Amino acid sequence: MKGMTIIVRKVTQFIAPIIFLFGIYIVFYGHLTPGGGFAGGVIMASAFILQILANGEILDKLRKEESGLEFLESGAILGFIIIAGFGLILSSSFVFFSNFINKGVIGKLLSAGMIPLENIIVGTEVCAAITTIFIALVVYKDEVAL
Amino acid sequence: MNALIPLYVVIPLASAFIMAILGRLIKNIGKVVVVVELLFLTCLTLFFMLKSQGTLVYRVGGFPDVGDIPIAIYMVMDGLSKLLLLIISAVGFLTALYSVSYTREYTAERKFYILFSLMIAGMNGIVISGDIFNIYVFLEIAAISSYILVAFGVEKHQLEASFKYQVLGCLASLLILLAIGFIYWGTGTLNIADISRQLPYSAPFVKFVSLLFLVGFGLKAAIFPFHAWLPDAHSSAPSPISAMLSGVLIKAIGLYVIFRLFFSMFALNADIAMTIIVLGTLSMIIGGLMAIGQWDMKRLLAYSSISQMGYVVMGVGIGMLILVRNGSQTIAAFAIFGALLHLLNHSVFKSLLFLNAGAVEYRTGIRDMRKLGGLSEKMPITSKTSLIASMSISGIPPFNGFFSKLIIILAAVQAQFYWLAFIAVAVSIITISYFLKFQKYIFYNKPGEYDHQIKEAPLPMSIAMMILALLCIMLSLMVIPSLRDQFIFPAVNVLIKNLQYSAAVLG
Amino acid sequence: MIPFILCLILFLIGLYGIITQKNLIKIIIGLAIMEYSVNLFLIMIGYVDGGTAPIFAEKFHIGSYVDPLPQAMILTAIVIGLATTALLLAMAIRLYRKYGTFDIRKINSLKG
Repeated sequence: MKGMTIIVRKVTQFIAPIIFLFGIYIVFYGHLTPGGGFAGGVIMASAFILQILANGEILDKLRKEESGLEFLESGAILGFIIIAGFGLILSSSFVFFSNFINKGVIGKLLSAGMIPLENIIVGTEVCAAITTIFIALVVYKDEVAL
Repeated sequence: MNALIPLYVVIPLASAFIMAILGRLIKNIGKVVVVVELLFLTCLTLFFMLKSQGTLVYRVGGFPDVGDIPIAIYMVMDGLSKLLLLIISAVGFLTALYSVSYTREYTAERKFYILFSLMIAGMNGIVISGDIFNIYVFLEIAAISSYILVAFGVEKHQLEASFKYQVLGCLASLLILLAIGFIYWGTGTLNIADISRQLPYSAPFVKFVSLLFLVGFGLKAAIFPFHAWLPDAHSSAPSPISAMLSGVLIKAIGLYVIFRLFFSMFALNADIAMTIIVLGTLSMIIGGLMAIGQWDMKRLLAYSSISQMGYVVMGVGIGMLILVRNGSQTIAAFAIFGALLHLLNHSVFKSLLFLNAGAVEYRTGIRDMRKLGGLSEKMPITSKTSLIASMSISGIPPFNGFFSKLIIILAAVQAQFYWLAFIAVAVSIITISYFLKFQKYIFYNKPGEYDHQIKEAPLPMSIAMMILALLCIMLSLMVIPSLRDQFIFPAVNVLIKNLQYSAAVLG
Repeated sequence: MIPFILCLILFLIGLYGIITQKNLIKIIIGLAIMEYSVNLFLIMIGYVDGGTAPIFAEKFHIGSYVDPLPQAMILTAIVIGLATTALLLAMAIRLYRKYGTFDIRKINSLKG
């Protein structure tokens, strides 16, 4: 896959980190403003996709089976289930998924118990999943095992 | 005891992602993890069935009710759920044991077990969930995993069958989501017990919503006008997946949700009961007639699935119609007992038949029945278990199929539906005829044109088939009153005393 | 009343696309249009006249928010739709490599 011209590549080098930072901001403030895990995760993935589209030569390193993304995605979902399981052990009434961390003042950043943690985990997982979908549909041109 | 209910969803989900991480480091971890977890879930289900009676309710998150309104996510396990959990876990365990040696020929073995575990998690979630939007989410998890598993070995006919299955399945899910939207608009809540208290039963939009649910879940359960995807998908999939699809998935996704919604959520309605009886009878006849002319062994078994599901739907429809007309409750209980017993039996012998066909294809590589023959000397275990399964499905005593079909026919006669009883007997004769064809052409003809040095199926496959054949014989003991009261009557009671669901859940 | 009729028209356009088109990609686009129309219908159910966005602020008053429950349902439905569309497209790419064409009249090796 051929890359784009040098102007596009230089501008992408400036812009892609800013897009990634914006995605992280939406994930972190997910319990106060609209957005949250899923929308922030898609924005983070679009920063990676922009880099892949602009520079064609990175793709030669992605030809082999991409294992880092698979670890990140599966590890994030396991983290989600483990945090939900902690609710079972640490709360007072053996209930799955209960909100057991201290629930601070309404309206500040560090509040609402375990919901910001879950937002971060979901954001990571969605970013890894959408990048995997893009790579699987566009980059793998030859027969790869399902 | 209530805190063990979420384990049915958490254990398969967590083990699927543990297999994804550890699969690169430890070889063959997928096979061990899936077999062990399904054995654990089967034992847990038997423990629940024997130790606790009544309805168990669990609130995820622990939020208490506000006044009278339930705001938490509910997980409800009553008699009908326990019966289906037993079917899912037991058949899943034996199929996983079979696929330990069947998947050796695929290059992406790890992903097979991950998807299998996700499918089990989705089906368990549907059966124990207590509000309709959760049913939709778990339905999608199970359905998407099954779309991928049907196309697993990427050959031409598998991809085409999976594409057709996906388009129709996606259409069904959209209709279900539309119906959920209408219900939320009408009542303002999503909890099944709360909806049954608040639904304005005389509004005309309730009939429209019932019709949307019937079409949507009928597409998932492959009842008569919506069966077009089933022969292609079930015959092109790998054999353990065909056994899971035909033996468990169409029951947990399609029939269980139809029974739950039309008995516990909507009020009983005479029009819906007549529609269900007509659709069930047409499925029986059309499935049976189209199965006679097939020469591909798995396509014949797929059409026979449509036909047997028609029996179950007709039995429950007869029960619903008797309850609507305020007839005798014992006759209605009799009809529903026959239908649920046939559900349990069909999952056992249909998966055994698909596993047999898979063993024959694994050794000879041929699926056309005209080219096979004479396998009864070369593959003795496969041929004997296949004979037991064919006799069960045709309704020959003393195997289990005889008792369930007899109870459905007797209930139809006692309720004075003489035409339905006659059609049921005629379809049973058609079933015997095409299973005689199945047995003769594969096992008892002169040997066809394949390599004559083949041996019996490998050991895990043989053990799975023998356990299923043993279950076929033992399940005929389910008509003894003490066993029947423990295992199947709680499920029948849920459907007969349908007004008590909301009282049992919300108190 | 008018927005609901427009939703129904969008649903019927998607259904027309699935039933009559012969190119695989056009069938997938028809399914996507049907999905958008069902999501739009679900959001319009929760609308309250003169309501504001359901974000918790200091001077809040329950009656002035639009209903947030359908919004949570729609987020889930959009994610599920994304997964289904991605899977359909991957199948279509594999089918093109095996059969050489996107026309569904020529992809019929299963009969009976």
